[in-house]
Amino acid sequence: MAVVEVRGIRKMFGDVPAVDGVDLRTEEGEFLVLLGPSGCGKTTLLRMIAGLETPSDGEVFIGGESVNGLPPRIRKIAMVFQSYALYPHMTVFRNIAFPLKAEGLDRDEQREKVEWAAGLLDITRLLERRPRQLSGGERQRVALARALVREPDVFLLDEPLSNLDAKLRAAARDDLLEFQRRVATTTIYVTHDQVEAMGMGDRIAVMNHGKVHQFGTPEHVYNDPADTFVATFLGSPPMNLLHKGKYVVGFRPEQFLPESVANDGGATTGFTYHVNRVEYLGAERYLYGHVRGFDEETKVIAMLPVTVQVPITTDQDHRFAVASDKVRYFLTETGERVDPEMLQAPLRP
Amino acid sequence: MAQAVRTIEMERRSAKRRRVTGRFALYAIAASAGFLAAFPFLWAIITMFKEDQDLYVKANNPFWFNKAPTLEHVRFLLFDTNFLTFVRNTVIVGFAVVLVTLAISLPAAYALARLGMKWGERMGIGIFLVYLIPPTLLFIPLSRVVADLRLQESLWSLIIVYPTITIPISMWLLMGFFKSIPRDIEEQAMVDGYSRIGAVTRTVVPLVFPGIVAVVVFAFTLSAHEFIYALTFNKASAVKTIATGVPTELVRGDVFFWQSLQAAAVLVAVPIALAFNFFLDKFITGFTMGAVKG
Repeated sequence: MAVVEVRGIRKMFGDVPAVDGVDLRTEEGEFLVLLGPSGCGKTTLLRMIAGLETPSDGEVFIGGESVNGLPPRIRKIAMVFQSYALYPHMTVFRNIAFPLKAEGLDRDEQREKVEWAAGLLDITRLLERRPRQLSGGERQRVALARALVREPDVFLLDEPLSNLDAKLRAAARDDLLEFQRRVATTTIYVTHDQVEAMGMGDRIAVMNHGKVHQFGTPEHVYNDPADTFVATFLGSPPMNLLHKGKYVVGFRPEQFLPESVANDGGATTGFTYHVNRVEYLGAERYLYGHVRGFDEETKVIAMLPVTVQVPITTDQDHRFAVASDKVRYFLTETGERVDPEMLQAPLRP
Repeated sequence: MAQAVRTIEMERRSAKRRRVTGRFALYAIAASAGFLAAFPFLWAIITMFKEDQDLYVKANNPFWFNKAPTLEHVRFLLFDTNFLTFVRNTVIVGFAVVLVTLAISLPAAYALARLGMKWGERMGIGIFLVYLIPPTLLFIPLSRVVADLRLQESLWSLIIVYPTITIPISMWLLMGFFKSIPRDIEEQAMVDGYSRIGAVTRTVVPLVFPGIVAVVVFAFTLSAHEFIYALTFNKASAVKTIATGVPTELVRGDVFFWQSLQAAAVLVAVPIALAFNFFLDKFITGFTMGAVKG
């Protein structure tokens, strides 16, 4: 177990910064998720922590020690690649024993540890097979067993679930979380899937263009996005953003409700909502339209849970509202969130 | 209804007929292609056991024995000529060239495939261009070099010069194989506790085994059949390879030792063909080995 920290880390590919000055620090045994769209630098950051890329600038600390310049094998880390990178010419047993062989353990110790790791991941019956004879889920378990077997200080996982089909992915996510809680090893997990990030991470670092836009708990990044990028990257459908002069008004589709429902005692902010289309999805209704008084091109989505039975007719204006404490304001220029008290002019439409 | 049933039955029969004739044609074509390829060897095998009178009389059937077969010419080849020396030399040169080729082209191909960025590509192309200069242009300057190094009349001349032909090709071949192995595999091995060299020799080299087999086969056959260098550098019987020894010592003036020549060809070709056949299986299993993900 160890704390991983990066300070002012930067990686240039030619003139293009892939990672552009990132500072992060995990807690002991934490499950930290690096979330961002593809090409945002999250995998490069992970590879720098692993020692597979050399940072152009900045430092990496594992367990309080600077590991700059150390090759991966000395960093006491284990990594699971997106492809699982099982050695195709070795049996599952030899795959898992491979890191132990590097440490020079004798055969009996190797066998004992491999069986322990295989038992933990429930793959004992697969030990004599070869990777090509395994299903996707089984391969993932083998890769995890191989990562686990040398009891590393840190797990680095690079989109380990993205090669699994949707159904398997949900089960694998559970398994992975339970496994991480049990071994309580600091884990850095890279993904572009916000559902994975929200569901698994103790904390999430949301990245774009090589920078961390926000770092915090899932609740925090979801409810109080630091800027418009985080606001729209998290949530499905994403946060509605309405432009008005210097400011952008944002609210989540599930907070945008008919005025009769939204008013539960607290202050609300009302809008005139023109609904163009209603999508009935069983557990909820999605409404598509725009808000009067703002740019009509800006699509605004409302998500009504099945418990809200208010009839909605299309091609008509409706009174909708958002609880005022759920409305977020951003600067148009930079996209950064601003405190409502700092607003210069009231934004009532 | 009865009409329809009969039509389907007829369709079924004609489909079967087409299938059978198709198969028959396929096998007929394969058999004739095989026969065409094997024919020189069949004729050589028959000829090597023929009596002189049987061979030289025009009226005789050239494709079969008109007199009883004899082992005399094979005996002559093995015990009254330097044929076995040529074979030994060829094997020595062949193995040495294979070793030198692998020792240089494996690391070079890995470096060009993985480590070299812009320069790697250019150097790879440069190396390939050098290879395109034909030996018929090079053998005169190279014979000077060999003479200056005092390597003429020795197998070392060939062991040094042949790799100049085998390495560029082998390197390009292996580069393709290295590029087909995902980087993840060796990076995983590096995370798993190995140095780069340790990771590559334990995980990547086993995976390019089919490529290594191809290089071994190529380097060995080239050493066995190369003629121009072998002829220019080495004149003494003791240092000739099969490629030069057989045509220079089994054709004396205008006397052709036809049966022994044929025997020499057959005795060398058949074991090599069998060895290749054995490798061929390895080659194919290598290619079908499981990839990183399914």
